[in-house]
Amino acid sequence: MGTGSCTPCPETDTFDDPAFARFSIRYCRQENLVFAFKRRGAIMKLGLKTIIAAAVAASFGGAAMADGSLTAVSWGGAYTKSQVEAYHKPFTAKTGVNVVSEDYNGGIAEVKAQVEAGNVTWDIIDVELSDAVRGCDEGIFEPIDPAILPPAPDGTPATEDFLPGTISECGIATIVWSTIYAYDKSKLTSGPTSLADFFDLAKFPGKRGLRKTPKANLEMALIADGVAPGDVYEMLGTPEGIDRAFAKLDTIKNDVVWWEAGAQPPQLLADGEVVMTTAYNGRIFNAVAAEGKPFEIVWDGQVWDIDLWAIPKGAPNMENALEFLKFSTDTQRLADQAKWIAYGPARKSSAPLVGKYNDGKIDMGPQMPTSPDNLKTAIQNNFEFWADNQDQLNERFNAWLAN
Amino acid sequence: MSGSGSGASNTFVEFANVQKSYDGETLVVKNLNLQIQRGEFLTMLGPSGSGKTTTLMMLAGFETATHGEILLDGKPINHVPPHKRGIGMVFQNYALFPHMTVAENLAFPLEVRGMGQAEREEKVQRVLDMVELGAFGARMPAQLSGGQQQRVAVARALVFDPELVLMDEPLGALDKNLREQMQYEIKHIHESLGVTVVYVTHDQSEALTMSDRIAVFNDGVIQQLASPEVLYEKPENAFCAAFIGENNKLNGTVTSATKTSVKVKLPTGETVTALPVNISGKKGEATTLSLRPERVFVNPRSKSIPNMFQGTVQEVIYLGDHIRTRINIAGHDDFIVKIPNSSAHPALNPGTSVKVGWSAEDCRALDAPA
Amino acid sequence: MSDVTADAVSSGPLLAADGTPLKRKLAQTTRKAKIRALMLTAPLVIFLLAGFVFPIGQMLWRSAYNPSFSEVLPNLAAVLKTWDGQGVPGEDIFEIAVADLKQSREDRSIGRAATRVNYDLPGSRSLFTSTARKVKDIDGPPYKEQLIEIDKDWDDPVLWSILKRVSDDYTAGFYLSALDRKYDTGGNIVAQEEVQQIYVKLFLRTFWMSALITFLCFILAFPVSYLLSVLPLRTSNLLMILVLLPFWTSLLVRTTAWIAMLQSEGVVNDILVSIGLVGDENRAQLIYNQTGTIIAMTHILLPFMILPLFSVMKTIPPSYMRAARSLGADSFTAFRRVYFPQTIPGIAAGTLLVFILSIGFYITPALVGGQDGQMISNLIAFHMQKSLNWSLAAALGGILLASVLLLYWLYNKLVGVDNLKFG
Repeated sequence: MGTGSCTPCPETDTFDDPAFARFSIRYCRQENLVFAFKRRGAIMKLGLKTIIAAAVAASFGGAAMADGSLTAVSWGGAYTKSQVEAYHKPFTAKTGVNVVSEDYNGGIAEVKAQVEAGNVTWDIIDVELSDAVRGCDEGIFEPIDPAILPPAPDGTPATEDFLPGTISECGIATIVWSTIYAYDKSKLTSGPTSLADFFDLAKFPGKRGLRKTPKANLEMALIADGVAPGDVYEMLGTPEGIDRAFAKLDTIKNDVVWWEAGAQPPQLLADGEVVMTTAYNGRIFNAVAAEGKPFEIVWDGQVWDIDLWAIPKGAPNMENALEFLKFSTDTQRLADQAKWIAYGPARKSSAPLVGKYNDGKIDMGPQMPTSPDNLKTAIQNNFEFWADNQDQLNERFNAWLAN
Repeated sequence: MSGSGSGASNTFVEFANVQKSYDGETLVVKNLNLQIQRGEFLTMLGPSGSGKTTTLMMLAGFETATHGEILLDGKPINHVPPHKRGIGMVFQNYALFPHMTVAENLAFPLEVRGMGQAEREEKVQRVLDMVELGAFGARMPAQLSGGQQQRVAVARALVFDPELVLMDEPLGALDKNLREQMQYEIKHIHESLGVTVVYVTHDQSEALTMSDRIAVFNDGVIQQLASPEVLYEKPENAFCAAFIGENNKLNGTVTSATKTSVKVKLPTGETVTALPVNISGKKGEATTLSLRPERVFVNPRSKSIPNMFQGTVQEVIYLGDHIRTRINIAGHDDFIVKIPNSSAHPALNPGTSVKVGWSAEDCRALDAPA
Repeated sequence: MSDVTADAVSSGPLLAADGTPLKRKLAQTTRKAKIRALMLTAPLVIFLLAGFVFPIGQMLWRSAYNPSFSEVLPNLAAVLKTWDGQGVPGEDIFEIAVADLKQSREDRSIGRAATRVNYDLPGSRSLFTSTARKVKDIDGPPYKEQLIEIDKDWDDPVLWSILKRVSDDYTAGFYLSALDRKYDTGGNIVAQEEVQQIYVKLFLRTFWMSALITFLCFILAFPVSYLLSVLPLRTSNLLMILVLLPFWTSLLVRTTAWIAMLQSEGVVNDILVSIGLVGDENRAQLIYNQTGTIIAMTHILLPFMILPLFSVMKTIPPSYMRAARSLGADSFTAFRRVYFPQTIPGIAAGTLLVFILSIGFYITPALVGGQDGQMISNLIAFHMQKSLNWSLAAALGGILLASVLLLYWLYNKLVGVDNLKFG
């Protein structure tokens, strides 16, 4: 192909697409344009190389520049705010590492996708225990040696200072939180006091809010149905127990508004969409303490769980993530967080340091899921039960929902 | 703008003082009075926007008259919906239903009239044979040529035996040869069936070929209503003269006039003797002289011709049966003369000087354009 | 030239004036243009391959191919394939099992295999994870005895028959699950327990709701499109912008707007209460149920019906209706017999578009569907994002894809694809 000469131009009917044919023939007939086209082609090639080079540089450069930053992923809203105040700001002040906060709705799907695609953008993630265990089993999270954790101020090693079960192979707990239910006491003056009341539509008519998952709902349904908290998981281990839990849920099914994000239940209550709703206790506490909402928590049959920090395999800022993990799980930081939200610290040594809410008025002790009064009929979420049964129960729950 | 209608007793369609306005500001049809005879082939001829199609649509029932009355067979039809008027219509692009076969298209008007299937099929076949498309009943319209589609459209408008058929520029989409052939076919059908046809076209030769009478429309007004021959030979105003056939125009002012003759002075000073047609005859009145190119003599032998001018041949076009010559006379560069191709005529060449002349009767003094 | 051609006819292949065969000459002269044509279409072809064909192929592959078990426990999977499947295997297989479990513990990969087995044998997950933690203590025979000592479930023939099944990388199990079927312990296909059945029902509901939405769109779009097609250009352009405006707005925004409109304290209910149509106590439940999904989706998909209808109607000259009326049909008959049949290509395109789009709709039912307004795509999303059972999600997607293709094939039989006019 010479630069100047053009072989005889094809006729229109040699092309399938007439529009394209016209286009090509026109080009063919105008040699200078053809020439220009070729030159442009060369430029385009060069441009593409440059772009690829730039892109490659950017993707690696991103990691190289990571010194000063860290992406911490959590559940958003008041909870993330408590972490920002208690962990992120002091950490940045101390180390100069900028902590970028991202929100998610739980689960390990997103991080699994990142790890499998080899494109991890998260550095440290706030996860539930069952997810921490599952993610660890599947090799999504990095194992964490508890020996690196700072000891308590009195020298007690971390492994002894943390509440039993709160140090997992790949996750270090920060808080104890709870699924409770709450109501608006300005609307229900003689409010409900037990889980049975939550399921009693005759006594308390109106919509109920529930998280769209079987987890905690099945436990609460059984407690409301008269099962002793200590027997709940044993009961759920049998088909009859599961049937019984679903049967109890059936009694309110038509009056349920399902929520998914932790910020939804206080909003549903505030909007009057529901008269009572299950929620994370910290969210309700914050709506009361920070926004002055007239909500009341019912602690009967609370299902408590822990949240842990986990580091995904291949986190771009692994060093920073580990530093941050050590920093944020020390005694003082855990106690500080309780100033911002009503979640209990995972270290024994933090408990005496928990004082008042950041307004200086509300005493945080009784607001914690771990407070003895609140623990009377409480059960701890059994992560192993859920790890074994969640596929089947999710499926049944979905089927139940769709019916 | 007078009608040459004969005997009101045979009137089939009548427009009485009909006006039409779309926007309430301008009249598209201005005070239309028109009588159409039973069995007549009447053509509405005019440029686009002249009101001819609007008039046709009012007759068909697709437009309502803003004022006035339309009578069909003596009965007012202003408030009769189109489907109850029983008028056949041929549309500009045939409007053959593309999702029906030719036979289904033809059966449609019979079907909606509740005719039984056997009778329907028989009629359809008969009308198909009439338009010489007997074997095409099962085809889809898109599989037919333009001329065949045209015939189906005509057949469809006739299949339910309407007394009145309207045709809205039905031949506009055909090429010239086919158009001429179809003109004769339509004319033939008209004659053999005896239906009344109202035909709209902007093609004057089509109008001349086919019509019994032609209504020339311009600006919402019938300019002249007459037979083709009268219209051609004796146009009553400058518009008709110009619109129909080829025409030499000479503008001038009246110097003197009698009932049968008028002297008109051209801007270049020459005086022309003409037939007064559409002038008052006042001295100084502006007028347009209209003269058909074939009525001009080159180098006339006769001395009795009142109008004789010296001109220069500009252009000669050989057209076989006649020779078309452009001559410059009286300051007009576009004076056309058609010379029959006979051995008597000398060969003309551009640049030669010739004498041209015409008689007073062939030169009609008409209204001057506004 | 004509001589050469004439000669060529008699002596074989046609030759061009310079003596080269005409075919080759033609190929030469058009080659450049062909290469250029190829280059111009190459980006699209590559894009389609990389962004469409490859991922869909991979998805379908994943629905029937799940190597989690054999990748984590490769030697165990290999021997299980040759094992006869009767009862509980012997010491040799247990030895391999122990070795593989030890290795998986080191690789921290047992969770993947456990998850895989758990799909077929719910509740068995912790058997694997806990055994893997404890298996390091076994450092010699008897392996079978020690493993059963760790957990007596290892002595369960049902477990082993399922292990044999999952050791095969290729499985129809996910498709069975997606159709509310499963293998029983004997390997026969049986219906899923009634309380677990959901997918068939949701598929049916998805089709039913999509059909209803399509029908509603059609009912609403037809008059609007007709109006648009007959109005003068200026007016119809303005109205068209009104039709398209929501089209240019984010799907999420529009769905959220419907929440604001339809919720029990929302605009519609407030109006109904204020004009006394419903009492303040029994506000209508218009959202978080099927009604909400149908209303919002009908609105969102309406332009997809209007546009093809409009483009078809625009091409139908008014003279057809006039012709029909002049031939004696009243306006309804003219509409039914002449106008309507001609809009069928538009209706066909519009209904196909809307139906296929609604079958796969996700965001709107997720946001406003509540419990009974969910569609199959929400379950696919659930398995992609929450339960992480990607194989099941792929199987559901595969069935959805197959049913869309089937539908398209049926449609082609009934209407004819070349009759479609998308605009």
